[in-house]
Amino acid sequence: MAATTSIVNESNLSRRSFLRVSATAAGGLLVSLYFDFPLAGQEGQPRAKVYPPDAFVHIKPDGKIIIQVNRLEFGQGVQTSLPMLLADEMDADWSQVVAELAPAADEYKDPLFGIQMVGGSGSIAHSFQQYRELGARTRAMLVAAAAQQWKVRPEQCRTEASVVYGPGGVSAKYSDLAEAAAHVPVPEAVTLKSSADFRLVGHKIRRLDSRPKCDGSQKFGLDLDLPGMKVAVVAHPPIFGAAPKSVDDKAARSVPGVVDVFEIPVSRKGRGIAVVADKFWTAKMARERLQIDWDFSGIERPDTSQLREKYKELAGTPGNVAVARGKENALDGIASGNRIVAEYEFPYLAHTPMEPLNTTIRFDGDRAEVWAGSQFQTVDQAAIGQVLGLTPPQITFHTEMAGGGFGRRAVPDSHVQREAAAIAKRFTGTPVKLIWSREDDVQGGYYRPMHAHRVEIGIGADGMPIAWRHVVVGQSITAGTPFEAYTTKNGVDETAVEGVGDTHYEIPNFLVTVHHPTVSVPVLWFRSVGHTHTAFVMETLIDELAIRAKMDPIAYRRKLLKPDAKKLLGTLAVMEKESAAWRSNLPVGHAAGISCHESFDTGVACAVDVSIVDDRPKIHRVTLAVDCGVAVNPLTIESQFQAGACFAVSQLMAKGAITLKDGYVEQSNFDGYTPPYIVDAPTAVDVHIVPSSEKPSGCGEPPVPVISPAVVNALSRLTGKRYRTLPLMIL
Amino acid sequence: MVHRSTAMLRRFFILILVGCAAWSAASPGALGQDTATKEVPVQGSREAGLAAWERVYSVLTHPRCINCHTATNYPQQGDDRHRHLFNVVRGPEDKGVPALNCATCHQGANADSTGVPGAPNWRLAPLSMKWQSPDDRILSSAQVCRSLTNRAKNGSGILDHHEKESLVLWAFQPGRRRDGSARSLPPLTHDELVAATRVWVEAGTPCPQNH
Amino acid sequence: METYKLTVNGQAKEVTVDPGTPLLWALREDLKMTGTKYGCGISACGACTVHLGGIATRSCVVPVSLVGDRPIVTIEGIGQDPVGRAVQNAWVLEDVVQCGYCQSGQIMSAVALLKRTPRPTDTNIEESMGGNICRCGTYVRIREAIKSAAQQLT
Repeated sequence: MAATTSIVNESNLSRRSFLRVSATAAGGLLVSLYFDFPLAGQEGQPRAKVYPPDAFVHIKPDGKIIIQVNRLEFGQGVQTSLPMLLADEMDADWSQVVAELAPAADEYKDPLFGIQMVGGSGSIAHSFQQYRELGARTRAMLVAAAAQQWKVRPEQCRTEASVVYGPGGVSAKYSDLAEAAAHVPVPEAVTLKSSADFRLVGHKIRRLDSRPKCDGSQKFGLDLDLPGMKVAVVAHPPIFGAAPKSVDDKAARSVPGVVDVFEIPVSRKGRGIAVVADKFWTAKMARERLQIDWDFSGIERPDTSQLREKYKELAGTPGNVAVARGKENALDGIASGNRIVAEYEFPYLAHTPMEPLNTTIRFDGDRAEVWAGSQFQTVDQAAIGQVLGLTPPQITFHTEMAGGGFGRRAVPDSHVQREAAAIAKRFTGTPVKLIWSREDDVQGGYYRPMHAHRVEIGIGADGMPIAWRHVVVGQSITAGTPFEAYTTKNGVDETAVEGVGDTHYEIPNFLVTVHHPTVSVPVLWFRSVGHTHTAFVMETLIDELAIRAKMDPIAYRRKLLKPDAKKLLGTLAVMEKESAAWRSNLPVGHAAGISCHESFDTGVACAVDVSIVDDRPKIHRVTLAVDCGVAVNPLTIESQFQAGACFAVSQLMAKGAITLKDGYVEQSNFDGYTPPYIVDAPTAVDVHIVPSSEKPSGCGEPPVPVISPAVVNALSRLTGKRYRTLPLMIL
Repeated sequence: MVHRSTAMLRRFFILILVGCAAWSAASPGALGQDTATKEVPVQGSREAGLAAWERVYSVLTHPRCINCHTATNYPQQGDDRHRHLFNVVRGPEDKGVPALNCATCHQGANADSTGVPGAPNWRLAPLSMKWQSPDDRILSSAQVCRSLTNRAKNGSGILDHHEKESLVLWAFQPGRRRDGSARSLPPLTHDELVAATRVWVEAGTPCPQNH
Repeated sequence: METYKLTVNGQAKEVTVDPGTPLLWALREDLKMTGTKYGCGISACGACTVHLGGIATRSCVVPVSLVGDRPIVTIEGIGQDPVGRAVQNAWVLEDVVQCGYCQSGQIMSAVALLKRTPRPTDTNIEESMGGNICRCGTYVRIREAIKSAAQQLT
């Protein structure tokens, strides 16, 4: 990657006290050092305490090292693991490291995707090199500064815990060197540590944000409080895309504390009514008193039972070709007794992160300030700009700590931020916090799409599949968004077939086709996206094949996997070993369920111990083996997989479905759409990370796909039934 | 099941009896535990008592009452008597468990603004007062009657309970749901329940034989 | 609008609110104490858990008008209590939190459990924590942290 180095004009430097280097290549690396104490040697310049937005490392006089994280922290631990990379290469004193969530800015964009984002389990994968180099460059500049002062060569110095040590017993703290380091040319080439020298990376390091999250001091977006702030809620059309015909807002306006009531555009070309008040409860009460007559004429009324029928029908016909390999008519030559025909159904799923969606905006006419726990900062910033008539540089966009996301905070159409902007626009100078209530959230769309699969498998004499015809039906997540160009070719949205089309199983005659019906329900990626349903289908069918072949399910997978499926073969072996003892010792009424799946370049193999208690699956234990390349923070990874296993039960819950009837979403809160509680979640989860020096891959989403098929595979062994429709209502 | 025509007759008969009855209250206390309860004279016919019992039974088995008289380790909710959400459980003293007590949500009065019903000492009826089977089916009139009379020797405690227990009173003023709609009421008023109970008690708490 | 005197974490406070306002919103918006969280508003998730008169209570469904003179303890104040402190420390040591949004409620519930049941069994934990939702799914580490805190306290 070619990079040019330029040093900002010296006088500018001293006045603004920063140093910047930018690389022109597509990766866009930027190293900045900020020092907020006086720079010596300035003639008559005022001491500037400036924190321009494009800093990654800020060394404070007291020794604290502020590291900017270019991703939203919403539970996945990136706020700790990315700084670890930088701090390790920098040889920083970890106890002095403070992580901050970077605001929206060009330099914080994902090096690969070119937008500031978190998703696709790509944080470590895409910023691994970036943050290491940032740390190495910073270290090099500090050493150069020390070497200059001591008149020695940099190679004669070493660093440890925020101190540079020179020959003859000299030493200097980073905080004392930082000013001088600002004047050192930023080196183009840096040497990264060998893994043997890592002090942090590869070690179990506790999260930096635990304590504030345990004592109530951590502020999330919803907690924001600004002087003069108002709170807004929106009455959304109960059917997507509708608009009010008439509104009687007299009762709403008469609630003390209500400031205004007015119409705004909402998603899917619909219109809603915004209520702005001094407090949330006031706004909510007032909204309940609105009398809205909605115009549903000409509005599509999606209905789950109708969609199910339609999807089932579509699944019986070939769609757009995603993968075609081998002979198209290979199935024809296989007797029906050697075939499996399986139809699967998956409902809409709502993400329901614990912190309801919210965005705070203050519009100042020629500028705006935004506070949002966003997974898509620069996308949202641009969208807000469209509504307010501003460009991104005119919008300061603060990244707030978010209470979960699972994809719900990465929305291509930025609909929540657009609503907030439309409201803030009417209150120049006043910050307005838009809150979506839990009901708004459950009923507001942007779900994991509904899906149907139809699979026909022709089985060979050895029990292995020799022909596989697979039709997937479901809305395209990216259709109509700027992301469509990246995911969709030949009418196939990759995100609908990932996990099937790219299967690592050796299937010689393989045809995967897709139908993408158009439905007015807004859809979105949900933690592990296509793998949420494709892994379920693949891993339950593989298990069924194993049973038919009278083979052990692990052995069957080992045989069927392609030889180059290294991550899956490796994790399968580790899982087999680590679970052998309990699998061979199951109490009566328990069964083991097996699965393995690779997603986002991470291979995972899984064994679960399940029994049936109160007509529900009770998961006593999960053993997981993971290959994610270099494990930056094994504690984060363990956490992600333990908790991810609990999250993954979501789609098995009896009330784990969003359904629509005649256009209306039938559920409204956790009473009707119920995520896993502690009793529904696995009791114990042991995680085994396969040692690797390959480049790191993600751990945010990979825990999810393996769990539900493994549980259902265990259930099948207990009941003899096959489970092909989710949610799991009856066992 | 009492046939409607005979029920009408019995109701008329009871009204007369109620008007004539003179009864002094026993000292308040938990059902069946007060051994100093005055003996109640048996007045009125067995038929009158049985008819009165059916009226009482109709109230006991209404969701506002029976939702907490379960045979399981959980209460029920709603007119459809579904299992109470949020994994609440009975607990050792019928009041839930630490961190998930009944009082965790249910206060001493109805919270209409949030839709949570409340009354003093909100709790499950003890298992000794279960009127459902372990699979959540409502027990028959004969079964419930037997259950009640096995506990309390002559029923004056029951009368007291029906007259004064805060949770019984609650059933007749059960508050509003979140959407503002009123919760459904038992088929009798509180006064009617007390009156019917009195008749049944005075008749010697007769129980139907078959059902 | 009515004015109510509340005792929060040992301090005398006053709020002037509509009587039906849930305690949760009086804490968050009138007293600016945002440690107690809004997750659902229907007592389904436990994120709003405070201690009211010593009992773990879901503040999203309790109107201020029903609080009376019962003392309120929130996540901001639970660290003054030795059980509270032990639970918070265990949570940090065991690296329980992920997004952290539910954890105020989880901790308040766990403290209520340990105050009444110093040596909780797996069943005790599952029952008492049974009404708290963690969408991230940190239940496995929650169990471990409760056991760890229990050990520290005995």
